[in-house]
Amino acid sequence: MQTSSDNILSAVRIEKGFPGTKALDKVDFHLRRGEVHALLGENGAGKSTLIKCLTGAYRRDGGSILLDGAEVDPRDTFDAQRLGIGTVYQEVNLLPNLTVAENLFLGRQPRRFGMVDTRTMNRKARELLAEYELDLDVTRDLASFSVAIQQVVAIARAVDLSGKVLILDEPTASLDAHEVAMLFRIVRRLKARGLGIIFITHFLEQVYEISDRITVLRNGQLVGTRDTSDLSRRDLIAMMIGRELAAEIHSARTEVAEGRLRYRFRNYGRRGRINPFDLDVRAGEVVGIAGLLGSGRTETADVLFGAHRADSGTAEIDGQTVDLSSPRAAIRQKFGFCPEDRKTDGIVGDLSVRENIVLALQARRGWTRPISRAEQNRLADQYIRALDIRTPDREKPIKLLSGGNQQKAILARWLATEPEFLILDEPTRGIDVGAHAEIVRLIESLREKGLSLIVISSEIEELVAYSTRVVVLRDRTHVAELGGDRITAHQIVEAIAAANEREAS
Amino acid sequence: MTSTVRTYLGRLLPQLIALTIIIAAISIIFPGFLNLQIQNGRLYGSLVDILNRGAPVVLLAIGMTVVIATKGIDLSVGAVMAICGAVSASLITSGHSLAETLLITLAVGILCGIWNGILVAVLDIQPIIATLVLMVAGRGIAQLITEGAILTFNDPGLIFIGSGSFAGLPMPVVIWLVFGVLVALVVRQTALGMLVEAVGVNREASTLSGVFTPVLLIAAYVLSGLCAAIAGVIAAADIKGADANNAGLWLELDAILAVVVGGTSLLGGRFSIAASVLGAIIIQAINTGILLSGFPPEFNLIIKAAIIVFILVLQSPRFRAAFAFVSIPRVAGKPTEREAK
Ligand SMILES: Nc1ncnc2c1ncn2[C@@H]1O[C@H](COP(=O)(O)OP(=O)(O)OP(=O)(O)O)[C@@H](O)[C@H]1O
Ligand SMILES: [Mg+2]
Repeated sequence: MQTSSDNILSAVRIEKGFPGTKALDKVDFHLRRGEVHALLGENGAGKSTLIKCLTGAYRRDGGSILLDGAEVDPRDTFDAQRLGIGTVYQEVNLLPNLTVAENLFLGRQPRRFGMVDTRTMNRKARELLAEYELDLDVTRDLASFSVAIQQVVAIARAVDLSGKVLILDEPTASLDAHEVAMLFRIVRRLKARGLGIIFITHFLEQVYEISDRITVLRNGQLVGTRDTSDLSRRDLIAMMIGRELAAEIHSARTEVAEGRLRYRFRNYGRRGRINPFDLDVRAGEVVGIAGLLGSGRTETADVLFGAHRADSGTAEIDGQTVDLSSPRAAIRQKFGFCPEDRKTDGIVGDLSVRENIVLALQARRGWTRPISRAEQNRLADQYIRALDIRTPDREKPIKLLSGGNQQKAILARWLATEPEFLILDEPTRGIDVGAHAEIVRLIESLREKGLSLIVISSEIEELVAYSTRVVVLRDRTHVAELGGDRITAHQIVEAIAAANEREAS
Repeated sequence: MTSTVRTYLGRLLPQLIALTIIIAAISIIFPGFLNLQIQNGRLYGSLVDILNRGAPVVLLAIGMTVVIATKGIDLSVGAVMAICGAVSASLITSGHSLAETLLITLAVGILCGIWNGILVAVLDIQPIIATLVLMVAGRGIAQLITEGAILTFNDPGLIFIGSGSFAGLPMPVVIWLVFGVLVALVVRQTALGMLVEAVGVNREASTLSGVFTPVLLIAAYVLSGLCAAIAGVIAAADIKGADANNAGLWLELDAILAVVVGGTSLLGGRFSIAASVLGAIIIQAINTGILLSGFPPEFNLIIKAAIIVFILVLQSPRFRAAFAFVSIPRVAGKPTEREAK
């Protein structure tokens, strides 16, 4: 029997509209004490919007919120924190110019004689992060750390603030298996203490591992709430996308005919970022890049694309030495690059979806040859349809799209340039199950068209699905390469582990 | 087509309303204010006077708009005006032809822009600091050129630029109209406008998308330098002399204000040259109105500030949001195209 007092947080008939979109349509949501409640749905379903309405980040248009049975109305996120709701938003929204410690204690710095007691604050910050097995210099600016570490800092702050409710909006997107396990340990501990935890993710394994109940949203409407143990993966996906998914990523590998060798990198590297490596890429080949966080995956992508100029080695295309010293130079050689951190390196927030999609193509053509408006519209519409980007129209500022849809628009930006060598850094991050399968299919069809792709991913299953070869990294060095039959999740994990053991011995 | 005209007018609406209100207010107090007459084939009247007096700020605002759109700012334009006024005066008095004088003066303005642009784009110095250098040093340079005195000239060609007329309009007005239209056309008919906005919103993402950010940034400061040079020549021609101490003094602030009143965000991104021009004219109309009203001068600045605060409040997102739900019918309930499918 279920009484209302079991619910620590209840949202009743929440409504929220944006121009052209009904983001939430009378959504009910109930969170019990001591449960982990997964909030699921496709990109743009309204998950983040629901969270923001609960924490006062958005003003809701209608509905009420009950915390511990009493009606509350957080005016802003600070108000929500005071009520004991700690939140990690999808986009890390800490202050990059402040130190790690300042970020952790912003607005509640320990004080002594009315002054901020930096010493105590730094000590407490170190203690707090020790729980996450993070040992870092808390007096350094947050910006000097990777997205993953920033994410952990955001989590640590939210956990520390959450007296009653903890909300995590895709907190694991940029974390690796190890950090996820750590996060889950902490979540279980909070759960045992009686907190209610809302968890948003697109990783279904994680949903089944940690959650007790699941609520699914679709197009801003509530589809239903179920016990996790009673809901099969198939039914869950059907609830999310409103139909059966043809097939999830098929791990069955298709053999590919060897294309001709097109790209040769020799002794390519940059001091302090990635040690010199050799890499050959054929036409019609997908080279997957695996490794733990900080192993040099993103750094490899950066140096290949000229985002950081290589300071050693040579690059050849079809036997000709080429200059890849800047993104412009690389783009001239028909390279494309979807970066990992879409907010800082990807989207141009105030510009429209259309402008974001044509940006790279326009930049390559040069300012004197503008793409006509009609052509821009055609391109934008084509990719909005092809990648199923959920937006009311192409003129919406891209920053107002949901996270996963922004990611698709950045992908569209590069597809529009018709690249021959495409580097994708975590292309499926924050992308829903349906679209995830689409992107994996897209990677395969691009490869069939003869493109060469480099794909970085923390999801090993996914790498197995599309890679023709996998490069394993450790400590900013390319340490192993797997091809053919050796591309299995098991082998990749082994290779990463072996690399670490060698280091340990 | 009509819809693009409508969005364009929609963008300029707050400025147009503000300008109308100000002019209406002045003309209620001074009934003769709106009068226009033609004498000797030339238009006279207070309105024309506003357009004419406002020429330097309008020109500076055109360049400033593009610089601000890149998330920059150019504090040096007043000083560059002084330099260019001094250069043109000293060239013309030392016997150079008008064409030579103008060309070299404009080149000096461009050079100043390149200097600023390199500091910002290549050396990555914050724009406010980078352009402060020339703001401070520029006036000194101008004083060196004029050797501390007001350098007067009487070349009729150069003077014509300040006080002549063409097609019934004062020369300065003709110059800024033509130049403004030219810049707006170049910016919007090519891809420059979009690329500038992209760089202003997210420089890193733009660079990674292959936008040639350094060149674009330098170009923005060069445009600003060029605008300042033209404004400097007009200011000098107007008083038939170069005054290194006072030419363009504090005009950089008026130019920035004009851009802000025009609704372009100091955070970079979306910009409208037409709106900035209107902003500059609004500021000039306020100046003229206060001057006409005969308030003691110490009130002028306060009144000006009050009016500007009012305009800024009108534009603020909060204010607009507060009134949006009154004027715009709710559209949220309608199903989107996609859902309807
Ligand atoms: N500030 C905003 N202004 C206008 N529209 C918005 C705004 N924020 C969100 N939306 C729209 O509301 C809808 C729901 O977005 P929301 O961010 O809640 O999706 P989501 O379920 O979190 O998706 P994802 O999995 O991609 O993060 C989307 O169509 C989005 O474009
Ligand atoms: Mg979201």
